[in-house]
Amino acid sequence: MIKAKQKPIAEIKTLIAPYRNILILGCGTCVTISFAGGEKEVGMLASSLRIAAAMDKNAQLFTEATVQRQCEWEFIDAIADQIQKADAVISLACGIGVQALAERYPDKVILPGVNTTFLGMAIEHGVMVERCRACGDCILGLTGGVCPIARCAKNLLNGPCGGSQRGKCEVNPETDCAWQLIYDRLGKLGQLDRLSSLMTYKDWSKDYDGGPRKIVREDLKL
Amino acid sequence: MKVSSNLERILTSGQFAATGELGPPKSAEAEVIHRKAALLKGYVDAVNITDNQTAIVRMSSISVATMLLGIGIEPTIQMTCRDRNRLAIQADLLGASALGIKNLLCLTGDHQKFGNHPTARGVYDLDSIQLVAMVKALRDEKKFANGEAIDTVEPRFFIGAAENPFADPFDYRPYRLAKKVAAGADFVQTQLIYNVPKFKEFMKRVVDLGVHEKCSILAGVGPIKSIGMARYMQNSVPGMDVPEDIIARLKGVPKEQVRKEGIKQCADIIREMREIPGVHGVHVMAIEWEEAVAEILELSGLLPRPRV
Ligand code: SF4
Ligand code: SF4
Repeated sequence: MIKAKQKPIAEIKTLIAPYRNILILGCGTCVTISFAGGEKEVGMLASSLRIAAAMDKNAQLFTEATVQRQCEWEFIDAIADQIQKADAVISLACGIGVQALAERYPDKVILPGVNTTFLGMAIEHGVMVERCRACGDCILGLTGGVCPIARCAKNLLNGPCGGSQRGKCEVNPETDCAWQLIYDRLGKLGQLDRLSSLMTYKDWSKDYDGGPRKIVREDLKL
Repeated sequence: MKVSSNLERILTSGQFAATGELGPPKSAEAEVIHRKAALLKGYVDAVNITDNQTAIVRMSSISVATMLLGIGIEPTIQMTCRDRNRLAIQADLLGASALGIKNLLCLTGDHQKFGNHPTARGVYDLDSIQLVAMVKALRDEKKFANGEAIDTVEPRFFIGAAENPFADPFDYRPYRLAKKVAAGADFVQTQLIYNVPKFKEFMKRVVDLGVHEKCSILAGVGPIKSIGMARYMQNSVPGMDVPEDIIARLKGVPKEQVRKEGIKQCADIIREMREIPGVHGVHVMAIEWEEAVAEILELSGLLPRPRV
């Protein structure tokens, strides 16, 4: 899922400073699961901002709402009234939700309340890690199911760099070295010989280097 | 012979090679390069010019190499994948070859996080092994990375790669070296060696794979200036292995003699390297201590350098 982190309150205050009626809009999917922008976080942010407004003696008014998914038209259409009434919307969805709102409500100020951080999972409660960079040409079948694009700091394709030590990455001793993981996995699968063949230049045009990507499925179009 | 550089000729003639290293300045000052170069001239077979070493912006490797050519020192340029994509690398290599540079060391590069522009975007379009393969295709197949033919003159380099025998997984390192050689590496320069027994074990495996017959392996060595530097390398440089006995030896002499002892210790390690099967030379890294190189090589019996 998409993982996000709430922006610092000071930054949010600066973003909303010019506006009076502010809608805080959460999203019920990825950001709920990453504890960054679900109903609960909307409530907590609203209370903090109300207290801050009272202390600063400004007259900002906050309303709260959460939709199932901000990245689908039908859900954001359903709260058109509330959005229209606000001077600005602070969205706690990922960047996709923020942009969906901006596209659907062209004359409304839409502000991001979270930093969309990565595609990943919680490996334990409260610990979320990156797993995929959506490179557009998945090679997990060659690397024992461990992604060197998202999980190696230099996205190497031909084995570990000279800084891999005791299983950890040179860039961050808290992070596993992706190539140590690949080595261990391929060993268990009896496929270590894979590491001897050269993996050639990656086609980055399928990644964001090819410009914004689009999938069109004629068979699904109505 | 592929390019007939001095380094290639020495290695092909079967003699034990000695290369040095020069770190370009963090400025546009030419004077300092001449000063450092004078300390190396005649004592080594070729001089590596680092490429934004440790991800710190410095004068470019190719421009410093060109200055060395002008004063009669054979340069080995370094090229990292961190700062350039395949277009920029190929363009620079066309130019470097046209300028008369013949040796090239292909590296992934230290991560930008460690340098002085930690917020920069790292490129890593290629990795170091793909870079080796690309340079070989430019030279031997006269082909760019996209397969397009080079119509007239192709860039020709004696292709180098690096390997760190002390990084993990240790068991994979000899195979990774073999992979680099299969991709086209003509010579290899290793990470600084202080743990000699571990390096011997690594070399034994390399020799078992027959890799030493397909490429020349230069063992990386360097003098330690102070106990502080030794501790720093031991604890804070990723992939470095500095055993306690190395530090103990330096601690065993009075403080004002540590430098001298560091030089002797380096020469002793070189002597050991000369005895290890499959080692074809040493690469002496004495960054910001270039004056130590001549003394180290003298003590290890590698001077004068052969003329071939
Ligand atoms: S190879 Fe690409 S698509 Fe597959 S997990 Fe890695 S980044 Fe994602
Ligand atoms: S230590 Fe491992 S994960 Fe980190 S950059 Fe090197 S190869 Fe990649």
